[in-house]
Amino acid sequence: MARNVSTQRKLVTTVVAWAIGILIFFPILWTFLTSFKTEAQAIASPPAFLFFDWTTENYFEVQSRSNYFKHFMNSVVVSFGSTLLGLLIAIPSAWAMAFAPTKRTKDVLMWMLSTKMMPPVGVLVPMYLIFRNTGLLDTRTGLVMVLTLINLPIIIWMLYTYFKEIPGEILEAARMDGASLAKEIIYVLTPMAIPGIASTLLLNIILAWNEAFWTLNLSAAKAAPLTAFIASYSSPEGLFYAKLSAASTMAIAPILILGWFSQKQLVRGLTFGAVK
Amino acid sequence: MGDAMATLHTRSAARLMIAPSVLLLLAWMIVPLALTIYFSLLRYNLLMPGMEEFAGLTNYTYFLTDPAFFQAVFNTLAIVLGVLFITVVGGIGLALLLDQPMFGQGIVRILVIAPFLIMPTVAALVWKNMFMNPVNGLFAWLAKLVGLQPFDFLANAPLFSIILIVAWQWLPFATLILLTALQSLDEEQKEAAQMDGAGAWSRFIYLVLPHLSRAITVVILIQTIFLLSVFAEILVTTNGGPGTQSTNLTFLVYAQALLQFDVGGASAGGIIAVILANIVAFFLMRMIGKTLEA
Repeated sequence: MARNVSTQRKLVTTVVAWAIGILIFFPILWTFLTSFKTEAQAIASPPAFLFFDWTTENYFEVQSRSNYFKHFMNSVVVSFGSTLLGLLIAIPSAWAMAFAPTKRTKDVLMWMLSTKMMPPVGVLVPMYLIFRNTGLLDTRTGLVMVLTLINLPIIIWMLYTYFKEIPGEILEAARMDGASLAKEIIYVLTPMAIPGIASTLLLNIILAWNEAFWTLNLSAAKAAPLTAFIASYSSPEGLFYAKLSAASTMAIAPILILGWFSQKQLVRGLTFGAVK
Repeated sequence: MGDAMATLHTRSAARLMIAPSVLLLLAWMIVPLALTIYFSLLRYNLLMPGMEEFAGLTNYTYFLTDPAFFQAVFNTLAIVLGVLFITVVGGIGLALLLDQPMFGQGIVRILVIAPFLIMPTVAALVWKNMFMNPVNGLFAWLAKLVGLQPFDFLANAPLFSIILIVAWQWLPFATLILLTALQSLDEEQKEAAQMDGAGAWSRFIYLVLPHLSRAITVVILIQTIFLLSVFAEILVTTNGGPGTQSTNLTFLVYAQALLQFDVGGASAGGIIAVILANIVAFFLMRMIGKTLEA
């Protein structure tokens, strides 16, 4: 009897939760479906949900009209470049703070985090002028630099919380064995730290891929990543829903897949370890 | 002796390893901000090069007496509070729901998380065109279906529409964090409460909500930091309009700088935005600082 009730309850919960889940996901699903319609079908009333002539034409149109691949590669270079550069700078720092903490370590960490609290608009004007005067405006190098700086605090924090979980005794033991600092890092720490580094990498690629303040303000036709390229659809001429959908689907698909694999790390990284 | 040497060695090595990040962030923090403060004291327009002159606090008085400024502050707060309300209340509800036993829990979770992974420009343009457009949008079709006039969301309720779009993007964040916190609630505690005859409501009020309070605070503070700087969603949907009806502080400074080329005025606005954000950041830092000690 009791079991019956709980099965029934489980069924009801399932139906309600799936309905809400699909509702929340619907705009994405709708974008995906629209990307396979013709422009006329995309604005048809009543709208066609599944029964329309599926076409992949929009994907080719988007590429041939506006060189989509170039912007896609800009996104790849900028997000991977800034994340890898950030890791390169952050790994030694996080390692030192996790394993050789001093009285000031906590203050340094908090201060680093506080740089993240500065609203970007507070430094928009000087950044724009510096970029303009040094020729960094609308270059991938410039975007990589800015995104590295804005994500560096998060990278350090995430790595720090992961490194802190590595038992210090193991390092002590290695030290006893006479391993040098370099060997300690390569043979003892790295294998244990790889999962943490991988999670950090993943989260930061997602953040950099979707960053839409600096990429919009500091790039134009040449270096525009997908965030800025898609923004050009805001003032369209003629029919464009299907093409917007195709461009959007390609822009969000890789990150959706990455993000679904790293749900746990999302929580940890975005709350600076405050919620695990 | 050898031990002391080793420690000294490690300590200077550690300092060397921390130095690059500290120096970079220090430069990133000081140089542009100092320039913003400097520019904010100048009469400086990019359209009139070579005409820069010291202007004292004129830019600040200009900004602080501009009606658009008060509208922008109001809009900024409306976006922050509106989105917080929707995402915290919705997030608690969704987290409680997703915590129940059900079939295909993992898939539902994936569906709910998805909007957070969508880049802001895509999210805003999809909502603007395919849902809120008064002629071709799905909402217009739904309205006609039940015999109503289609509503032009972005023209007639621009701020509300933007709040809706941004809330859609942030609801997954709140849900995910509250769900994580909920799952750490001891199963035994819940069962004990049930044994004591506590109803679902009193269990929620006296057990679940206090347990979630820390996670809710984290959600509110972190979201506030990001929501104070909403930009792309406004740029691609309403461009701040009609008039300045959907202009927030970030967008106002952007417009002043890159559309009016008023470097001085925009810098003053930027500094005001920094001060406002710092008030919020102060509380956030204290909160995270406490968790470090724990």
